[in-house]
Amino acid sequence: MNGFPILSLMLLVPLVGGAACLFVEAGAARRIALAATLVDFLLGVVLWANFDIGGPQWQFTERAALFAGFNWALGIDGIALMLIMLSVFLMPICIGASWTSIEKRVGEYMAAFLLMETLMIGVFAAQDLFLFYIMFEAGLIPMYLIIGIWGGQDRIYASYKFFLYTLLGSVLMLIAMLWMVNEAGTSDIPTLMAYDFPSGAQNWLWLAFFASFAVKMPMWPVHTWLPDAHVQAPTAGSVILAGVLLKMGGYGFIRFSLPMFPEASAHFAWLIYALSMVAVVYTSLVALVQHDMKKLIAYSSVAHMAIVTVGLFAFNVQGLEGSMIVMLSHGLVSGALFLCVGVIYDRLHTREIDRYGGLSINMPQYALFFLLFTMASIGLPGTSGFVGEFLSLAGIYQMSSWVALVCTTGIILGAAYMLYLYRRVAFGEQKNADAAAMPDLSMRELAMMVPLGLAVLWMGIYPESFLAPMRADIAALDARLAQARPEGDARLAAGKPVPAAHDGGGHEEVSAHGGAH
Amino acid sequence: MDWSHSLRLAAPEELLSVAALVLLLAAAWTGGARAARTINWIAIAALVLAALLVLPVVTGGASGPDTLAFSDLFAANAFSGFAKLLILVSSAAALAVAPPFFERAGGYRAEYPVLVLLAAVGMCLMVSATNLLTLYVGLELNSLAAYVLAAFLRVDDRSAEAGLKYFVLGALASGILLFGMSLTYGFTGTIMFTGIAEALRGDVAMGAVFGLTFVLAGLAFKISAVPFHMWTPDVYEGAPTPVTTLFATAPKVAALALTALVALQAFGTQADAWRQIVIFAALASIIVGALGAIGQDNIKRLLAYSSINNVGFILIGLACATQAGLSAMLVYLAIYVPMTLGGFVAVLMFRDRDGQPVESIAQLAGLSRERAVLAGCFAVIMFSLAGIPPLFGFWGKFVVFQAAVEADLILLALIGIAASVISAFYYLKVVKALYFDEPTGIAVGRSDWVHQAILAVCALAVSPLGYLLTRCLADWAGKAAAALMLPV
Repeated sequence: MNGFPILSLMLLVPLVGGAACLFVEAGAARRIALAATLVDFLLGVVLWANFDIGGPQWQFTERAALFAGFNWALGIDGIALMLIMLSVFLMPICIGASWTSIEKRVGEYMAAFLLMETLMIGVFAAQDLFLFYIMFEAGLIPMYLIIGIWGGQDRIYASYKFFLYTLLGSVLMLIAMLWMVNEAGTSDIPTLMAYDFPSGAQNWLWLAFFASFAVKMPMWPVHTWLPDAHVQAPTAGSVILAGVLLKMGGYGFIRFSLPMFPEASAHFAWLIYALSMVAVVYTSLVALVQHDMKKLIAYSSVAHMAIVTVGLFAFNVQGLEGSMIVMLSHGLVSGALFLCVGVIYDRLHTREIDRYGGLSINMPQYALFFLLFTMASIGLPGTSGFVGEFLSLAGIYQMSSWVALVCTTGIILGAAYMLYLYRRVAFGEQKNADAAAMPDLSMRELAMMVPLGLAVLWMGIYPESFLAPMRADIAALDARLAQARPEGDARLAAGKPVPAAHDGGGHEEVSAHGGAH
Repeated sequence: MDWSHSLRLAAPEELLSVAALVLLLAAAWTGGARAARTINWIAIAALVLAALLVLPVVTGGASGPDTLAFSDLFAANAFSGFAKLLILVSSAAALAVAPPFFERAGGYRAEYPVLVLLAAVGMCLMVSATNLLTLYVGLELNSLAAYVLAAFLRVDDRSAEAGLKYFVLGALASGILLFGMSLTYGFTGTIMFTGIAEALRGDVAMGAVFGLTFVLAGLAFKISAVPFHMWTPDVYEGAPTPVTTLFATAPKVAALALTALVALQAFGTQADAWRQIVIFAALASIIVGALGAIGQDNIKRLLAYSSINNVGFILIGLACATQAGLSAMLVYLAIYVPMTLGGFVAVLMFRDRDGQPVESIAQLAGLSRERAVLAGCFAVIMFSLAGIPPLFGFWGKFVVFQAAVEADLILLALIGIAASVISAFYYLKVVKALYFDEPTGIAVGRSDWVHQAILAVCALAVSPLGYLLTRCLADWAGKAAAALMLPV
């Protein structure tokens, strides 16, 4: 892609589409939004196709000195590429999910969503510290409006909580960024990733970044905004929140906290482990007793994100790769689960689990997809959830077997609450006449479910497609972390591998790679 | 003394003075609303012309002895030019929005533009001061005009009350300032800023510190920094809205620039003595401004607390006492002016069916469905005031905190930015009323084209497009700051 500013174009398309949506009536706004997100998805496919695996670390770079104090600097590595792909893949589905359920102020709704897409891509593509911060924070405005205008009953409380919580987390990070730029003399992210900050300062900087990313992630105990925001947001809002916005926290850890402050990361790893262990067990138990479907999935998100954090702070390749896959997988699966809730919510206008039952009788297609995503959320082999969780837990086992033990119980509890949810909604007798009369998936809903289902299976069966672009970046990060890596309690001794028979296919190589470390 | 050189340097002030006097005569001989309107437009033209005269000083970054006039009593350097540019432009805008308001309230009068012109002359003198006397003459010229303006709606009780309050408290502040100035003069033996700085080098007498404290306290009144802020909400609420628009912008810029001038030039050698005062005032303003606004239902009072809050952030730039800090302050001011101007112009546009002003936030509920563009612009300004990126208000906070971090005032920056989250809450409250609540159908009155045009320009300036101005702003503010920090 010699010099063509494809990343700027990807930022521009939804922005222009969003502006256009403001001036047209509802039907046209829907069509414009769908077209803009599809164009962006196609651009994303072009991006992936042209991404040179094994090439330079930063590709598609753009740089323009438009502003004082910071630059318009864009560029992606494999990690950012995967997260951008997730964003552009989910966006058309979000627009589809809002096609009929949003009836009031459609133009403004679509504009807010398209603005959101621009900002999400901007977060992952920014190569300037302050450009990143602007994109990162700016997402608050459209999300605040989406929750507050089109949300459910308690939308106003939820919108305030979402906004103020995340804002408070982020402002401290800004001060830390200002200090870093003052110290290092540049706001260029790749340069800062290789800069060695004094170890005394690293701890403070790490904590300031942690304040922001922990809230975004969200980690226990600052997760309380999430159930409110998820439950009150419209379906598509929940999908974007769970699918992409939560990934910004994980992206922040992997892009900033770990490479920029490796010593502080090692120093505070115990904090991450402790909070994550509490989160996995506690939020899973909370999820077990929910009556509200969306709340249940929201709590399950917190538990899954805890697996991501332990994997990130495992300081080895499996952990990092696993965390990335859990993030991608969770983006697809939790988005899909919120869509599943949205489908029946559109029909019955309640999220109470008890109001449903026996849906597999009158909605067999729906029950099939719901089952697939439930299994993916549990982490059944063959689905995307398994790959990520397995790698993450394998990674953390090398660091601390106790953390691995506690986090694995979370997986079991995860199976419990998801299966219990599925049993109450899809199986059993049809208690309520109105629930029993609901029609099965429409073509529009099917068109949203099928791509998600295929992506989940693809990531479960052949994860190499997703791991390959990130491999070099994660290896580089692993090398950067090597100096600070704390001693693990597992003390694994490398065995002597038996020379493999030379007939292995691609899949063999993957597992060989996974086990080699 | 070279008269032609001096007169050339003070050309904008002379233009405005002559315009004010001629228009005053014209106002005395003519009458009626039409004449008042014409005089208004001529006054605006004079302000714009004066701004054009100042522009080359700013772009050229004038500094040094060549910029001194009238036996060194007046300086027309890049710093004063930058402040004058903001003062003149915001005065012109405040004049442009006035006639439609006053015609509805019972007739526009030609004295209004004349008073604004006189106030503008005073403000320009303030920022050009090189000594305590020029400072005081400018300040009083501005204040006297402002007292009359606050009470301009003579038949309205609230306006009369605002005028009286402003006068009494302003007179008290002037007294405190004069007392401080006399102490300073007594202990240093000079009224020139450079001489004072020279005399205050090293250890100084307690009396001089007292003088410094009183001077800063008097100035704190004028910029409405906590703990001398009590008059602000009452005056902002009671004064006619176009007058409030003026008060919140031009005199604020002038007083803040003057404070910087006094602190950095006259007391520049005693930065450690006044830094603690400024830090206290900054944090107190941020916190009181944020907490005070939460309970307000009147939009003008809310904006008054918001201006107190903003002054706190600007003072953080001053507390650095560095060139970068001063430059950050100026950038913040340049962003603050369109935000505040736009905010108050939007308030002018909130009217019911009969054209009566609507000032209660509760009555603005659901405005986004009746007046989508107006509500959109106001929401942009609110988010911008809250300092949420990508809106341009963020940039002002950004440069100020950057300067604070560079000056090693990290704790100040941390507390300040954490408190800014509190202020985000009440800006969100306004957005919530506009967008989330059910429409009340009250504020549906039509708007005048002048108001629409000014609001549109302000909203565009604080939108993300504003970032394209950052290079130009940084350049001008940097030159202005360099001109002041240079030993003259």
